[in-house]
Amino acid sequence: MKLNAKTLNRVKQRLLQMHFEAGVGHIGGNLSSIDTIMLIHHEYLQSEENKFILSKGHSAGALYVSLWSIGLLSDQDLKRFNREETNLPAHTPISGIPGILFGTGSLGHGLSLAAGTALAKRLNSDSGHVYCMTSDAEWQEGSTWEALIFLCHHRLANLSILVDHNTLQGFGSTDSVASMNSLADKLQGFAVMIHSVNGHDLEAIRSALDTPSAQPKLVILNTTKGHGVSFMENQMKWHYLPLNEEQYKQALREIEAAE
Amino acid sequence: MRKQFCEAMLDRSASNRLIFLTGDLGFMALEPLQAVLGKYFVNAGVAEQNMMSVAAAMARQGIETWVYSIAPFCYARPFEQIRNDIAFHGLPVKLVGNGGGYGYGVQGPTHHAIEDYGVLLTLPGMFTYVPVFDEDLAAVIPLMGRESGPSYLRLGRGEPPKGFSVPEYAPWRQLTSGGGKIVIAVGSLASSYIAALQSLPSSVCPNLWAISELPLSKHPFPESLMDQIKSGAGLCVAEEHVARGGFGAEVALNLAERGVHVGSFTHFSARKHLYEAYGSQDFLRRRSGISADNVLAWATTS
Repeated sequence: MKLNAKTLNRVKQRLLQMHFEAGVGHIGGNLSSIDTIMLIHHEYLQSEENKFILSKGHSAGALYVSLWSIGLLSDQDLKRFNREETNLPAHTPISGIPGILFGTGSLGHGLSLAAGTALAKRLNSDSGHVYCMTSDAEWQEGSTWEALIFLCHHRLANLSILVDHNTLQGFGSTDSVASMNSLADKLQGFAVMIHSVNGHDLEAIRSALDTPSAQPKLVILNTTKGHGVSFMENQMKWHYLPLNEEQYKQALREIEAAE
Repeated sequence: MRKQFCEAMLDRSASNRLIFLTGDLGFMALEPLQAVLGKYFVNAGVAEQNMMSVAAAMARQGIETWVYSIAPFCYARPFEQIRNDIAFHGLPVKLVGNGGGYGYGVQGPTHHAIEDYGVLLTLPGMFTYVPVFDEDLAAVIPLMGRESGPSYLRLGRGEPPKGFSVPEYAPWRQLTSGGGKIVIAVGSLASSYIAALQSLPSSVCPNLWAISELPLSKHPFPESLMDQIKSGAGLCVAEEHVARGGFGAEVALNLAERGVHVGSFTHFSARKHLYEAYGSQDFLRRRSGISADNVLAWATTS
């Protein structure tokens, strides 16, 4: 079923609520990636053979509320986010959650896991498609490039890479820490079909994902960290900070108003 | 053991669908396997981190997955991938490291693997196979293939004396018998002691035991070995592995926890990577004090 703005907005509110109640940060990167994560879960994982791997495991919140929105997690589950004895830690768990193939959290693993899954599917004559979301700073990890070389060499056309390009990382901007500007230029020459789109424009993302390709696909999602909340947008501190009550209420108002 | 490893893998592939990943190694050894497996033999290139995560994903999709490299490149560079993607997820990936210990001799310390099984056995669900003889591979590969969790195979070089009748594979095997002390040696190092210890008079010839699977909890001491240990004749554990994280520490802890008095306890282990000179595997064993001569001297000292 096609994802609509109302559903997406409601899930963003649920994300804020979950993070506020748990007192957990990483909200900025969740808001930059949630549009695509929701789109993938609502429109591209209908077949059980299709898989999604969240390599940027610190956006687990966006993944959890997406799974909640399609009925794979309950309100009770979300209430336990990041608490003692929870099944929903701050980074994706190893096991026990339908829809989560691998626990992640250390950057630079997911793309290899996705490549292995895609190659296994091909060897198994399984028609499924694999979607993998990385962060942009994750491309500073050598292992991510190892994976890119491998998946291009094996022409894994059943794999789509989604890069959440919000331009901010743990202690600076991606340009100031280890610039690869532009990432699309750096990727030229690899046997991969590159798209660069507004990562908050569902139609643009759909268009990129739906374009037929005989090669692996890489979609650079140009996003805004903290998207939709004025005091969070493009602020590095929202990689870390939890919301206080006043901030939470303001953020909710802004997200609601955008509907 | 590479030749026997390849033969055993050929046997296994005849009746089991499997994928074999190599980190660009296997020249003059694995070509027959490559020819038989076809697209299921993947040279993953000089990219061990990616190879391990790919292997995890393959296993997650239900394919029996083997990963091969030389021993140090198999566990050290991609340790986090083995830990997070394979071991945390309990996936039955079979890791194979050729030339464990000082197997790559004068190639230098970057090519030595003297902390491999100690490091890997810190991970949940991990088992290690350390064959003693080349002939063991025919039995070890099916066992490893059936493991439901991650496992690691350290390939070495069997060195039994000419004419020695290699006993059928078992996790614990007694290789020499006599009225002397007790020696437990890990893997192929044990085979290098046989000739020296057999040269001793029966009255002082040690009881040499070889262990081929770790950790100890998987295969506790055989009763007859335990009886020998309890006799207080003196126990030596020898391994081509550093002391920290090694089998000697595990044996000592196990016996201490059980209140077993062993008389005297000696541990022969590889020196940490401190080299004033380089040389062959035999040279490095001598420098570490774990050679057959060292064990012989210990065995004949009261």
